[in-house]
Amino acid sequence: MRSGIFAGLLLATVSAAAAFAQGAPIKLANVAELSGGGATVGNNWKNGIDLAIEEINTKGGVLGRKLEVTHADSQSNPGVARAQVQKALDNEPYVLLGPGYSGSVKVTSPLAAEAGIAQIMGGEAAELTQGGNKFLFRTSFGQQSSMPKVAKYINDELKAKSVAIVWVNNDFGKGGRDVITKEFAKHNIKVAADISTEAGQADFAADVSKIKAASPDAVFIYLNEEESARMLKELKRQSISVPLMGETTLVGQKVVELAGDAANGARGHVGLTTDAPVDLVKAFREKFLKKYNYVPDHNGLKGYLAIYMIKATTEKMGKVDAKAFADNLHGLTIKAASEPGILMDVTFDEKGDIDRQGFLVEIVDGKQVVKQVLPKLN
Amino acid sequence: MSNLLDLLVAGLATGAIYALVAVGFTLLWQTSQTINFAQGEFVMLPAFLMLAVMHAGAPFWLAIILGILLSLLLLGLGFKLLLVDPMLRHGVLPLAIATMALAIGMKEAVKQFFSAEASPFPSIVPAGDVSILGTVVSLQSLGVLALAIAVVIGLTMLLNRTSIGHQMQATAQNPTVARIIGVPVERMILMTFLINAFLVALASLLITPIYLAKFSSGEVLGQAAFIAAIVGGFNQVRGAIAGGLLIGVVDNLAAAYVSTQYRAAVPLILLIVIILFRPQGLLGRPEERTV
Repeated sequence: MRSGIFAGLLLATVSAAAAFAQGAPIKLANVAELSGGGATVGNNWKNGIDLAIEEINTKGGVLGRKLEVTHADSQSNPGVARAQVQKALDNEPYVLLGPGYSGSVKVTSPLAAEAGIAQIMGGEAAELTQGGNKFLFRTSFGQQSSMPKVAKYINDELKAKSVAIVWVNNDFGKGGRDVITKEFAKHNIKVAADISTEAGQADFAADVSKIKAASPDAVFIYLNEEESARMLKELKRQSISVPLMGETTLVGQKVVELAGDAANGARGHVGLTTDAPVDLVKAFREKFLKKYNYVPDHNGLKGYLAIYMIKATTEKMGKVDAKAFADNLHGLTIKAASEPGILMDVTFDEKGDIDRQGFLVEIVDGKQVVKQVLPKLN
Repeated sequence: MSNLLDLLVAGLATGAIYALVAVGFTLLWQTSQTINFAQGEFVMLPAFLMLAVMHAGAPFWLAIILGILLSLLLLGLGFKLLLVDPMLRHGVLPLAIATMALAIGMKEAVKQFFSAEASPFPSIVPAGDVSILGTVVSLQSLGVLALAIAVVIGLTMLLNRTSIGHQMQATAQNPTVARIIGVPVERMILMTFLINAFLVALASLLITPIYLAKFSSGEVLGQAAFIAAIVGGFNQVRGAIAGGLLIGVVDNLAAAYVSTQYRAAVPLILLIVIILFRPQGLLGRPEERTV
């Protein structure tokens, strides 16, 4: 009799635990640049994440379970990012989100890999996915994908024979500078000036004077958003009129807002833009604008897509399994037709790099205008 | 040559702003032995006050006026009454540490209530160029330089040519004797706090269009102005002006001809050399206090 009661209680406990596990929220951890030099990056990323989670939870969650995210501030400091990621991993999240800065990704990715937790991040430095880390995934193109397109555009469209390179002295900037220099060499483009700047730098007068002295046919600018805006303002202040070319961080919404008129004419390759001629992207832009009252830059899109990557992969697996997540995302193609939240068809390779269509844009009257659509490769 | 002229003009323009902030350092030290380590944040805050007024729908000119008035109230009167007066009776060091705490508090408050992200800020000097000796020079740099120099000249005239200025000098040199001969010492000290608040609000107005409005932007400015005040001479307004201009030019030349990575180190090296070989600063006088 007593053993029957005990067995009944045990069964009830196990059933309750199973039911609780079934309905318990899926825990995600985000570590991003919510303050410091990368605040624009981190806050856009965070808002994109929150928007996607709100949408998914409203529709019933993933496999019937709600998503729940904690946000931690890396203060745009790799040391702080590492400590925050360690703290986040101690809570055993399903997936780790962020950081956005390549330097912070570099120091945190070994921790996530060691814990066997997939890390979906915003970093773009080429080296991040070249070291064999099986748990790291991009949300945008790496430099190895984007720089060849930039160099080709400078050679074919701008017909520039000499270019001044201005780069930020961190992992992101150094990586971009190294890749673009190699690409320029392939096109016989001379580097007229090679100017390194510091993260958080406020005064660019001396750097622009160097550009002026070098008289290049074009300037390639590879800085973070706030520094890009200050550089554009200083270039305008010193009346530099040659074409200004860059990547996403030169022509993002925040840069345009900060630099004002000085951003007009700047051109860049962007993997993600809310001005993309894609209906789902336009709809995302409207939803974001309605919720946060500003137009996001590419980091808002990245954060949003990161959550839909988790949703699509988990639904493909049919279970919430942190250890199997990374394996299932490698080689996965997510089509916007079946998962509209992913916005554009995307494929993840074995290194965690992505293949998706991209855009060449120019800032005209304070707005991004898409000049060319570069199709998905595979 | 043209490159050097560009660098000099840009350096002088930035240096003139450093000078405004450094003069404030000097004034506060001379009249009340206040070393204000929140001086950089004092430059950061007025821009946000002006932005807040603009966000409320006011035009830029009105935001400037209200921003300056609010700065006088908060960074002049409020700073003196709420922090300096209660802390100074415990000595210079506790006050210096209290200003460090104030700096952190101001940064965090702006981050919390405004934004951690940078915000654009309009310029009072229109964009454009002028040609000087065949070299195109930015109108904004020249405008900032001219305005800062005009304010410094005005301040110098106030201190040297007016009765109030003489009373402030007397307060700085010997407050006890000044009080005996009828100088309203407390009022003069308050006046220096208000002048400092005006100078930082003006510096904020001039520098923020270039550096952008950001909660952390005071860190660089505060350090540069502090170095400028020591290099020029902490006990002389003219020293702070010279120090500010010198640091602005040295910083720009270092970035261009040494390296961007070491640009921040060059003014510090200059500071060490000055402390070792001329501790009173370039234009300072040993063991003398005057404004």
